[in-house]
Amino acid sequence: MSVRALLETRLLSAIAVAAIVIVLPLFFPSGYYYRIGALVFIFALAVVGLNLLMGFAGQVSLGHAGFMGIGAYAAAIGPVHFGAPSWLSLLAGAALSGVIAFAVGRPILKLKGHYLAVATLGFGLLVAIVLTNEAGWTGGPDGMAVPKLALFGWRVSGSDEWYWISGATFVGGFVLALNLMDSPTGRALQAIHDSEIAARVLGVDVARKKLTVFIVSAMYASVAGSYLALFNGYITPEGAGFLRSIELVAMVVLGGMGSIVGSLVGATVLVVLPQVLTVFHEYEQALLGLIVMGFMIFLRRGIVPSVAAVIAGWRK
Amino acid sequence: MAELLQFVFSGLTVGAIYALVALGFTLIYKASDIINFAQGEFVMLGGMTTVFVALAGVPLPLAALIAIAVTTAVGIALHRFAIAPARDASPVALIMITIGASIFLRGVAQIVFDKRFHSLPSLFGGDPINIGGAAILPQSLVVLAGAAIIVSLFWLFIDRTLLGKAVIATAANRLAARLIGIDTRRIVDFSFAVSAAIGAIAGILITPIALTSYDAGTLLALKGFAAAMLGGIGSAPGAVVGGLILGMIEAMSAGYISSNYKDAVAFVIILVVLVGMPQGLFGRAKIERV
Amino acid sequence: MTILQIDRLSITFGGVRAIDGVSVAIDAGQVFSIIGPNGSGKTTLFNLVSGIYTPNDGSIRLAGETVTGLAPEQLARRGLSRTFQNLQTFFRMSVLENVMVGRHRHERTGIIADLLHAPSVKRQNEATRQASRAALARVGLADVADRSAGSLAYGALKRLEIARALASEPTVLLLDEPAAGCNPIETQDIDRVIRSIVKEGITVVLVEHDMRLVMNISDRVHVLASGRTLTEGTPDQVRSNPAVIEAYLGVHGSQEAVRAFD
Repeated sequence: MSVRALLETRLLSAIAVAAIVIVLPLFFPSGYYYRIGALVFIFALAVVGLNLLMGFAGQVSLGHAGFMGIGAYAAAIGPVHFGAPSWLSLLAGAALSGVIAFAVGRPILKLKGHYLAVATLGFGLLVAIVLTNEAGWTGGPDGMAVPKLALFGWRVSGSDEWYWISGATFVGGFVLALNLMDSPTGRALQAIHDSEIAARVLGVDVARKKLTVFIVSAMYASVAGSYLALFNGYITPEGAGFLRSIELVAMVVLGGMGSIVGSLVGATVLVVLPQVLTVFHEYEQALLGLIVMGFMIFLRRGIVPSVAAVIAGWRK
Repeated sequence: MAELLQFVFSGLTVGAIYALVALGFTLIYKASDIINFAQGEFVMLGGMTTVFVALAGVPLPLAALIAIAVTTAVGIALHRFAIAPARDASPVALIMITIGASIFLRGVAQIVFDKRFHSLPSLFGGDPINIGGAAILPQSLVVLAGAAIIVSLFWLFIDRTLLGKAVIATAANRLAARLIGIDTRRIVDFSFAVSAAIGAIAGILITPIALTSYDAGTLLALKGFAAAMLGGIGSAPGAVVGGLILGMIEAMSAGYISSNYKDAVAFVIILVVLVGMPQGLFGRAKIERV
Repeated sequence: MTILQIDRLSITFGGVRAIDGVSVAIDAGQVFSIIGPNGSGKTTLFNLVSGIYTPNDGSIRLAGETVTGLAPEQLARRGLSRTFQNLQTFFRMSVLENVMVGRHRHERTGIIADLLHAPSVKRQNEATRQASRAALARVGLADVADRSAGSLAYGALKRLEIARALASEPTVLLLDEPAAGCNPIETQDIDRVIRSIVKEGITVVLVEHDMRLVMNISDRVHVLASGRTLTEGTPDQVRSNPAVIEAYLGVHGSQEAVRAFD
């Protein structure tokens, strides 16, 4: 793709996504849809971060919900136990996630393939266990209530208000990710995905780059987790659990690994589906399993790259 | 002292189950390089199917056999329909498929069975036996004996039969195995079937003690995997030893430190082994050629 | 001036001494070739010099500095670059982007600037693009810069890897079988590219099987057999050394070869 085209794509994508956020509410049949939209953008934010790690750098994290959990509980524990304002707690949560990602990432990012997958899985589960057990801080398995976000006297509580906040944040995160792609660090990450050894002989400090993207993706997840907590007003350790981690990976795979736009698609499908299937709530897990299996077997590239390939085929 | 003995026995009992799950992992990994996260579901299916078939009026022994047969069929189906079509996928993609399968099986179990805990009657009654001051459940001994028998049979099979040799050959070098006429696809089918059967038997054995439910599989799979990693993934004796050690450490930490964090032991072990000694206790480190 | 000094290098893999006490001295600005039959340890030697393996014994000095045991990325910063026998192309990226990665050690932006696409990043990207296009032009791939790397022919991919390594502005360039799998036309292209590289004063160390290329282009040739040095000399000296022919063809074969030359 020519440089001009890339530039246009980046700007165009950003404008298109912002347009979607702004225009979408015009089609909402009721106020309830603000809630769905907010949830989609919150998860899409986490998925963008995970996509940077999995799609670009080619690493894998089966425990990413752990970072969402850290962000979520930070947003709760800060106000409840320390009297800190919510926004500050959110930032503290993101910082904490970054620090933990650094500490955990350094040893485990040396691992490859299924060893890395299992190590991240173990990490995520440990976070969930700690959150479940330290009931004094976290309210234990039943979770805890999260005080509403208050910004300069404005108490944020409506679904529509959260729609705009999460939508704007998602667009911001989206743009940052696109920026990263078109930068020295982004090129280094993509190189690492294709050939670590070649990247190294060209001077890329692979260990450091992997750690960097791991930390960035952890902070994305943490912010998303904080938003989710503040939005819902209640959190439980399940938000940091195994199933949530797999949902996040499923969103990445569905939308297309390495496709930032795909992050939005994947999040939309897996957030909207349970809403559509509320009558069939029991079938949720079976369906999630089927979706993960189906895509990994038949449509590994994901929706957006596959659609793009089909369109490219038409053009010829 | 009696307390220690108590922990040792409960640790060995649950460790025996981890050993069987780990053995199942190892068999599939050896034959096909795949880490099968649905392994825990085989254990769950063994217990839950037996419970529900028995509830329908079928005598218990027959119900158990039916459960083993059903689980074995599920194992083969998993390979045929989910794994084999994606043979050329990356290891991570294959893990994701087995994770998807695990979640799918859980979801189906939730619908077909129910969400409650279930138990099975113990083979020799529920009254604890007194051994050296510790109260041991007879079913514990059944579990330990059962696991010992399965492991011995497994070892005999691998070491003494032609089919067992074929599995080893497939594990060592798939292409070479095919070139000398081994139908590797059947071998992998077979390894999935045997792993499923072992898992189902383990589930039936442990349900009288630990109960079962539709979601019992996930934690078991992770712990079985931790045991397999500890022993050295790809090593059958390692799987057994790893399982027993994990069970013991779990029981000891539950008894002497904190029972809340009992489950964390397995995950800490996973991380420590992966970072510190990836080849485990009995595995061999692989040398990579560039 | 000796730019690369290898002293009594040895490495053992699980009981096999892949490289056994090999010493090589390479002068700056030379084309230095390392040849030998399959399994003689040529690529292992390259992997040792480029930091992928750590030797058990011996030392490596680059421009006078001891670099034994340094990681590949650290060697890259000291001006050592290499290509690979089995292509390590970044297939997901375009031809130009592949070469842009080669500029990595000259790029100076941090993660925060990258995320925000600060003006420094814009400038850096532009500078990197220009330098990369120049490198592509040198190997004759300038007109396919924006195509996906996966769409290139094999011979072009080999030249792409060379361009990528050149982009890092090395002082010493290790080329691992650059002509392997290439047809005669593609090999001629490689020959031209190597000559143009040497003209700029870059030292080229070559591992190659294509004897015509080696003999045409090398200043000195070092012969390995079974992990040990067999002999070293000018192309003519090596070509007519019976021990070299024997190493490649075996005793019988070398006798046949002698008869064939009569």
